[in-house]
Amino acid sequence: MTVRRVVGIETEYGISVPGDPGANPMLLSAQVVNAYATATAGGRSRPRWDYEDEAPLRDARGFEVDRARAHPSQLTDAPRRATPNASDVVSAETEDPTMANVILTNGARFYVDHAHPEYSSPEVLTPRDAVRWDRAGELILLESLRRVAATPGLTPVTIYKNNTDGKGASYGTHENYLMDRATPFGDVVRHLTPFFVSRQVFTGAGRVGLGQDSREAGFQISQRADFFEVEVGLETTMKRPIINTRDEPHATVEKYRRLHVIVGDATMCEVATLLKVGTTSLVLAMLEDGWLERSPAGDLPLSEPVRALHEVSHDPGLTHLVRLRDGRRMSAVQLQWAYLEAAKAYVEDRYGADVDADTAEVLTRWEQVLGRLETDVFSAAREVDWIAKLRLLEGYRSRDGLDWDNARLQAVDLQWSDVRPEKGLHRKLAERGQVETLLREEDVRHAVDHPPTDTRAYFRGECLARYGARVAAASWDSVIFDVAGRGALQRVPTLEPLRGTREHVGALLDRCETAEDLVAALTG
Amino acid sequence: MPGQEQQRPSRREDESEDVPAVPAQGSGQTSAKSSETDADVDALLDEIDEVLESNSEEFVRGFVQKGGQ
Repeated sequence: MTVRRVVGIETEYGISVPGDPGANPMLLSAQVVNAYATATAGGRSRPRWDYEDEAPLRDARGFEVDRARAHPSQLTDAPRRATPNASDVVSAETEDPTMANVILTNGARFYVDHAHPEYSSPEVLTPRDAVRWDRAGELILLESLRRVAATPGLTPVTIYKNNTDGKGASYGTHENYLMDRATPFGDVVRHLTPFFVSRQVFTGAGRVGLGQDSREAGFQISQRADFFEVEVGLETTMKRPIINTRDEPHATVEKYRRLHVIVGDATMCEVATLLKVGTTSLVLAMLEDGWLERSPAGDLPLSEPVRALHEVSHDPGLTHLVRLRDGRRMSAVQLQWAYLEAAKAYVEDRYGADVDADTAEVLTRWEQVLGRLETDVFSAAREVDWIAKLRLLEGYRSRDGLDWDNARLQAVDLQWSDVRPEKGLHRKLAERGQVETLLREEDVRHAVDHPPTDTRAYFRGECLARYGARVAAASWDSVIFDVAGRGALQRVPTLEPLRGTREHVGALLDRCETAEDLVAALTG
Repeated sequence: MPGQEQQRPSRREDESEDVPAVPAQGSGQTSAKSSETDADVDALLDEIDEVLESNSEEFVRGFVQKGGQ
């Protein structure tokens, strides 16, 4: 496969109560998720999340972290313990926030993760679909916010698709790519590190403030870069690594590895999200195929990757040269050109004129954006978040004579990703046609309620839509039914992400009026 | 390719791993030509002004997050 690959994007959204910075974020997040779930479920009981196959402490380097030595935040298979200070807020009077956990008919999971509402998109196969179901998440958070505001007794909140409060806290946007288990993990680390360090030039969301707590005034390319402290590791909440080793495939273990990418930013620009997923998928395809070993792009070891990640982010002029272990110095854009040239040669060699449209699109746009970055940074303002944001900020700076520590510039940074269309600055630019959009709004709206048709998310989402009242629980790799006439719950494993598609089970679902019919058909 | 390096000339093993001393604004940032005219940008800023939170300082100070992956 080229850019076609099983992918999902999970986003923790920032949440705030205007005028009350001390409001309890867990309760607010639960309120947001529950408001959406209640409105969409129409009162029926809600399927629970099935934790059966979760293994958050399994490390891709071939060992498992001792449970007793793990940080509580790592125990995502035991949600009550994974939440900070859960005992402070869980009481008979308040609904348990760790129960705010819903599976949507579009196949996504919408829940409270630590202190944020998190939307984990369904599994998709193309970068365009990754953009589509990621954008559907924005609409779901918007609808949640509106439901909360319309419900007497609930505290109105504002919600942001960003990654830091600028005061030392960061929350993640994670990409997940299924890849071939046979690819040695050492090769993944070696080839992806320089790629991740340099891809920020088009995946960065832009940030006002330098350092984790913004101790220096200024603008940098990435929201997340300053929060990364090590090269490789299992953690996601501290000592954050450029390459994360969590080995929890949510799929057939012998066949698949799920590459959990935590180094990316939440992007609003559709082209940036397309490129983030598409270029990474292409690099993974080359990696699995052994192509990078024979390419100049396979030999770009950085001498200090973490330092380089920070330096690239702190260099919106794109002139900084990072140091390679062999003594060479290259700019982030030059590093990206090396990967692009390798990808073009790879696709030409393997597919020639038969290349699929999704792959061709990613290659074309990758080349266009690098060309623009090289000639005039602001010429990429229609495609890349940090550049579009910087253009606004520079506009204010020159019009009003503002320094980088001016609060109005920080306000622009935050409001860039406000999910409300009447407030969000990215949405404002999109309405004016100043940033490029790839999708029709009606297609995004359709993705709010409907799953992709070409992965197992179709089975999950359709089961919820058709037999929701009989679904006791579900997860990425299971749907569990509670049906009449059977003493025990009926667990349907969905370990193969490319089965359970519309082509595979559409006719079966159409044939089965009830969950009882479906379970009978599946169990013979 | 641009040749203006902005890093320290050399770095010793025992230097701390804190945020490197790279200037806040790259040289290309303020000098880069915008592909739009000033009038276009001003019109855009005027529109953004209308939706920007009125008390920026309070808005920014009140945006506090806890926890996160």
